[in-house]
Amino acid sequence: MKKSQVACLLAFATLLAACGGSPPAASSTPGATGGAAADPCGVPVKARCPSEAQAVTGAGATFPGPLYTKWIDQYNQLTGVQINYQAVGSGGGIKSFTDKTVDFGASDVPLTDAQFDAIAGGLYMVPMALGSVVPTYNVPGVTAPIKFSPEALAGIYLEQIKKWNDPKITAENPGLTLPDLAITTVHRSDGSGTTGVFTDYLSKISPEWKSKVGSATSVNWPGGVGGSGNAGVAGAVKNQPGTIGYVELIYAIQNKLGYGVVKNAAGKYVEASLDSTTKAADGFQSPDYGSLKGQQAKLSITNSANADAWPISTFTFLLLPKDFSDKAKGLAILRFSWYGTHEGQSFAKDLGYAPLPSTVQKAAEEVLKSITSGGSKILKVSQ
Amino acid sequence: MSRSVDRAFAAGVTALAMLVPLTLVAITILIVIDSWPALTMFGLSYFTTTEWDPVKLVFGAAAYVYGTLVTTVVAVLLATPVAVGGAIYLTEFAPRQVRTPIAFTIELLAYIPSIVYGLWAIFVMVPVMRTVVEPGLQATLGQVPVIGRLFSGTPIGLDLLSGGVVLAIMILPILMAVSREVLLAVPPTQREAMIGLGATRWEATSRAVLPYARPGIIGGAVLGVARAFGETMAVTMVVGNSSRDISGSLFVPGYTMASAIANQFVEADSELYFSAIVEIALVLLFVAIIVNAVARALIRRSIADRPAGAVV
Repeated sequence: MKKSQVACLLAFATLLAACGGSPPAASSTPGATGGAAADPCGVPVKARCPSEAQAVTGAGATFPGPLYTKWIDQYNQLTGVQINYQAVGSGGGIKSFTDKTVDFGASDVPLTDAQFDAIAGGLYMVPMALGSVVPTYNVPGVTAPIKFSPEALAGIYLEQIKKWNDPKITAENPGLTLPDLAITTVHRSDGSGTTGVFTDYLSKISPEWKSKVGSATSVNWPGGVGGSGNAGVAGAVKNQPGTIGYVELIYAIQNKLGYGVVKNAAGKYVEASLDSTTKAADGFQSPDYGSLKGQQAKLSITNSANADAWPISTFTFLLLPKDFSDKAKGLAILRFSWYGTHEGQSFAKDLGYAPLPSTVQKAAEEVLKSITSGGSKILKVSQ
Repeated sequence: MSRSVDRAFAAGVTALAMLVPLTLVAITILIVIDSWPALTMFGLSYFTTTEWDPVKLVFGAAAYVYGTLVTTVVAVLLATPVAVGGAIYLTEFAPRQVRTPIAFTIELLAYIPSIVYGLWAIFVMVPVMRTVVEPGLQATLGQVPVIGRLFSGTPIGLDLLSGGVVLAIMILPILMAVSREVLLAVPPTQREAMIGLGATRWEATSRAVLPYARPGIIGGAVLGVARAFGETMAVTMVVGNSSRDISGSLFVPGYTMASAIANQFVEADSELYFSAIVEIALVLLFVAIIVNAVARALIRRSIADRPAGAVV
């Protein structure tokens, strides 16, 4: 508490200093048409800004890679800024961001307390879009989607439900004839945000899962087969009758994989779709971004209470420092983030991502506006 | 003048030569430093327990070591007879005009990138293993007491046996090339003396040629072992990547040390997790060094035993 008050005072002091010192960028660009020319360095992003860095690098989650690539391309056309995003995985992104080898990070899973502690100067996790994970399976003779209660899904992955015709599965699927076939579970062998989301969900709905296995990007699986990447899991499921695996929704859609339906927290069977994924974030309670550590649970939207929500959904976040040491880079990254959470959202659906609901978009705006460099705020929002 | 040039030249090449061992030393030091937290935390239990839990931060690599050993043993057992048989054919029986093309083709196998083997294995080999080979083994050898345990469980194709089979194919070229070289190094007088005594080709090969070449062939097998130990991509794609327990069956998903590193390295987010993975690398490095030293000693013995004046 005391520390943050001191920081506030310091921030205020430097803000005053910065206000006196820094020249307004707007006047330095000739050719701005109209009398009340908008600040080219403000947001919404309209034009090239001379005071933003021309090249920044980021690294992190593979899942939002295609979406970020699209945004980067669009942002480059607007501003000329080169953003280099390396889709190395959430864990790799957190590591690179902690080591300060990149200017921003990205992750599909909220950081752990230990990871928060390792990052000097603190950070914000800003939601950029949403994704979800679906169970996919190979059960010969079954054409309609299989319905899974949360207990059934946890029981299967705990290796307690061993056959497809187990009463815990058949009870929820009266119309289907499920065979007397052994279940083989398939999981991601590589560390992955997809595993993070799936195990986060299982931990919320099954106390036994939580105590025995827990949630992380890699866990100690109770059994089954590991496949590398979405493709490895999907390949193992496709080849082997009796298997069940989990993949990202877009991967399942793009590869025309059948996937199951899971009962959500409201007790409703909702089909996985981009809309039901966005719904999962509807009840999002923005955490106190000032002290994110300890509030990670608020950033997790699995098992959402919303009655129309797909229960295995997640945000994908950018990791931004609370205070950029390099103001020019900070400006470029914040403007890019603003672009992504606003105009960029229109590309989400076409690329298979669920767009942010407006409540989350507002929360993201507040965070982006609060980020500083040397204590003074960076973004200027024009109307 | 010329002497100082010589001296400079000697110093230059010495420095270049030292670069390679220094790299090995540097790598070793780095790996030891990075794996230190896990080394001190888990000590010997790292090698004796199978629990590998990134959530609770408990790491025991026994299942990875076991998976590596099992796939390697399967690979060497499958590949050695094929390689030695092929090498005998090439050196003793094949007509001169086919020797070079066949040897060349086998050596080409060694240049196929391992990811290509992996893709072939997952799309072609695994379905065959699951539907034909494994049920067949279960119906025959699986019924034999004791050995039957090796073939128990549901055949899924993504298991230790598949990992071993793909490794066998991958180490075949090096095994065959070494066996062939060693057999060629057997002095013709060995065979001629045997045949002169009225022996058949089979007797000459089995009693005079093979015993002479044995250390070299074993050396080749050990080199194959070294390759199998470190092989990553192709094995990772078919071995099942699951390390729950050591069951004794070949039909269960397993995990090798190299695939554990490849799979988990990128997302190893805590210091202890990371160092536990680096410790796998340390174990691999030591095993590779030991295995290579043994192979070299065996091959050298085979060549040193060769009588003076033998024509190669």
